[in-house]
Amino acid sequence: MKLTKSLKAQAHELANIERQLGILSDAESIGVAPFSSKMAEIGMLPLKPTALDIFQVNVGKMCNQVCKHCHVDAGPDRKEIMTKETMQMCLDALEGTSISTVDLTGGAPEMNPHFRWFVEKLSEMKKNILVRCNLTIIVANKKYYDLPDFFKKHNVEVVSSLPYFSARRTDAQRGEGVFEKSIRALTMLNAVGYGVEGSGLTLNLVYNPSGAFLPDSQGTLEAQFKKKLRDGYGISFNNLFAITNLPISRFLDYLVNTGKYETYMEELVNAFNPEAALGVMCRNTLSVGWDGHLYDCDFNQMLDLKLAGNAPNHIRDFNLKSLNERDIILNQHCYGCTAGAGSSCGGETI
Amino acid sequence: MADTYYNPEDLAKFGKVTDWQEELGKKFFDYYGSVFKDGALTAREKSLIALAVAHTIQCPYCIDAYTKDTIKKGCEEEEMMEAVHVATAIRGGASLVHGVQMMNKANEMLM
Ligand code: SF4
Ligand code: SF4
Repeated sequence: MKLTKSLKAQAHELANIERQLGILSDAESIGVAPFSSKMAEIGMLPLKPTALDIFQVNVGKMCNQVCKHCHVDAGPDRKEIMTKETMQMCLDALEGTSISTVDLTGGAPEMNPHFRWFVEKLSEMKKNILVRCNLTIIVANKKYYDLPDFFKKHNVEVVSSLPYFSARRTDAQRGEGVFEKSIRALTMLNAVGYGVEGSGLTLNLVYNPSGAFLPDSQGTLEAQFKKKLRDGYGISFNNLFAITNLPISRFLDYLVNTGKYETYMEELVNAFNPEAALGVMCRNTLSVGWDGHLYDCDFNQMLDLKLAGNAPNHIRDFNLKSLNERDIILNQHCYGCTAGAGSSCGGETI
Repeated sequence: MADTYYNPEDLAKFGKVTDWQEELGKKFFDYYGSVFKDGALTAREKSLIALAVAHTIQCPYCIDAYTKDTIKKGCEEEEMMEAVHVATAIRGGASLVHGVQMMNKANEMLM
């Protein structure tokens, strides 16, 4: 079935966060141990940050795509967009910290009207800038055609989703025609040097499973992606990040609709890996929402689980010390980060 | 006893065979685990072979398990179906090659 609207625009019951949290907590009644008790068993409760190194900003939920698995419930109908004032607050917060990396996500972050201004400012601050670019935005409209050059100018690291190296599985997850457009965009990125050996311009791809299963070895998948994209389309890239789909938002809807929720949770729980738990990304990441609220990660942001305890929960009150002292909020969806080789915005964690 | 001979949920209980004979069961699973590791053949190639064999022996558990495993390992639909055709060709060929036996026998019988 083709998806054209976000859950919110459909007034779908899962657009209600309470409903999502309700399903997740039902996990206990289907015999899934609370994630926090699992963490307690391995002596990791409360879960504490290590040191804040990645400042992830979700600049808005608007997107030119409506992917079936999207944890943001993004789409063209989502109007939540970060203002320039909030971006300025982010810049103010970053000033004087040693946080090295700023990770821009969305939606399609490039659709925020202040996106380029924000990148320029971050670039002046000499931050490593990462943009989670969905690829198709580059070819969506003439005004985006120069994005590869813009990224290059600011030495932005481009991280792009491509769930598979064929149209069938990519389009089934991300929408009809997405594969072909993604290939065109990748060709444009390669043309300015992205993902090309020796250019110093990084293009990483993100793989996530096209269904209710865990990703296999990142290395094995990367080798296949490299070969297939090179042989089939002459495309090169740096690394492949394998990411597990977390059971929230549209992916949760897919799981519930197809009757796969219970078995998927079971698979995640059975694959719980203490080593992966050590490396969960919330330990070194802060997530800023489009309206300036602060979260432990982009997933907690989408479940509106704001920072716990005394930690400031809005960017205007940013305070590194209390952030580093906070307890991270955990829930059943966290099993997605600790399964197998672990999963984060940078792929496997072990 | 279930109403059908095969129950998908039984696949997850495979490990329980060790309950009745631990030593042999354990040896089997250790061996099984080693067989499917990357070696001279990659784990991915082995998974495609397993998928083909699963179709030859027509084991629904194995077809279920190795369809899932090949997809997880990034195999394409075409690769998976070609693996099944390999199984089919060998199976069909195994019948057909016996046609020679039939011909030999018939030639021997007839004038
Ligand atoms: S997964 Fe990314 S590209 Fe797809 S709808 Fe969500 S934000 Fe947009
Ligand atoms: S979902 Fe967020 S809070 Fe939970 S383990 Fe993953 S990164 Fe941490």
